[in-house]
Amino acid sequence: MSITANEEFKPKIVAFCCNWCSYAGADLAGSSRLVYPADVKIIRVPCSCRVNPMFILHAFEKGADGVILCGCHPGDCHYSTGNYYARRRMALLFSMLDYIGVEHGRTRVEWVSAAEGVKFSQTMNEFVAKITSLGKNVRLEDLRCRK
Amino acid sequence: MQEMINRAKELLSDGTVNRVLGWRRGDMSYNPEPSYFETAEDLDANFVYNGFCGANLSKYMIEGSKLEGKTLVFLKPCDSYSFNQLIAEHRVDRDKAYIIGVGCMGKLSFEKIKEQGVKGITNITIDDANENITVETLYGEKTLAYKDCMLERCHVCKGKEHQIFDETIGESRDTKDADRFAEVEKIEAMSPEEKFAFFQNELSRCIRCNACRNVCPACSCRKCVFDSTKFDSAQKANVDSFEERMFHIIRAFHVAGRCTDCGECSRVCPQGIPLHLFNRKFIKDIDEFYGEFQAGVDPEAKSPLTSFTFNDVEPGVTGGRR
Repeated sequence: MSITANEEFKPKIVAFCCNWCSYAGADLAGSSRLVYPADVKIIRVPCSCRVNPMFILHAFEKGADGVILCGCHPGDCHYSTGNYYARRRMALLFSMLDYIGVEHGRTRVEWVSAAEGVKFSQTMNEFVAKITSLGKNVRLEDLRCRK
Repeated sequence: MQEMINRAKELLSDGTVNRVLGWRRGDMSYNPEPSYFETAEDLDANFVYNGFCGANLSKYMIEGSKLEGKTLVFLKPCDSYSFNQLIAEHRVDRDKAYIIGVGCMGKLSFEKIKEQGVKGITNITIDDANENITVETLYGEKTLAYKDCMLERCHVCKGKEHQIFDETIGESRDTKDADRFAEVEKIEAMSPEEKFAFFQNELSRCIRCNACRNVCPACSCRKCVFDSTKFDSAQKANVDSFEERMFHIIRAFHVAGRCTDCGECSRVCPQGIPLHLFNRKFIKDIDEFYGEFQAGVDPEAKSPLTSFTFNDVEPGVTGGRR
């Protein structure tokens, strides 16, 4: 069965983007005609703080190969403090994923403002390259969810 | 023990308390269970306090706080942390509890006794000095050192000082002889493959009995995510290990910053999974990233996950630590 071997690995990436900054940043990247891979599926959230650690685990469960969370720069949160809480939660969650043996680099947090279309596209390009080099997520996938 | 019974009877008879929350003699000498006592006769006949009374009674005070009148509750030093934490979360009513802090000589683990190659146990007796235990088996008697049979949590004891009490009874003994984070550090030093294999080995034994959740004083939500039939870890699938990982990460995450490290989860696990490794990893991270924090010392203190500073560590950076 050499069909799968020849097939190029296309990672599935889930990006949680804050409505007030990085979602608009992605918009700007688009209207500025900056390129980022189509493997990135953006989910809009009202604030990075809306992202329950379980969302990230769910994304992996359903077959994501990488999950990235984009929020406003610390100090710029639309709701004043949301991203500070998100930062603490994610620091602990990522450390835990590391601890149970998930490859380092499958998760990432990046602060992207609405004016940073370039940073958005750069970040996504980098992240997709990283996940492509890591390969398929097998350690956190639920086989029952495989299509 | 007699002193505790006498004092409990006094408080019952003068009407200070309506009931006593303590440990009831089990059907074997090594399995006492948490229970309410309402009469002096019941106390005399069934109340017990010994090395096997590891159960943390503070969680039962959530229910106790809703009952009529005061409840006398016996708390060991480590249980008093949990009680304090429950006060901080407004889950128990301090005014409804009369707390007697009881001394602790370290608590015994039935599993540890079995691990030492003892089979066919019929009875276990502990000597008065708490130095040795005598195990009666079908094949004769055996004497074991008390220290070798202690629960893991007692080897890394937080100290024998009660955090909250109305009065104290009994002597304590310092049992700490190991570093609390040594095991966590050992795992941290492994490669991702080794870590994965280690946890797969441990967690594949999980039978999803939810005992760790039910016993945890911090896990006290009325509605629990794990009871939802829509939640993906509601059943045990035998095809993969994801569920267990998810279950245990979420369980530990829900109590991160609130876990007092009382070690009940590991004590009750019927499969002997070292569940404290998850909680302790979070505690270690919180200590490292946000400064030393012990839940349950000060009910007024803000939990690390409900507070922040402007210069917290970035998640990506910490993930790279090996």
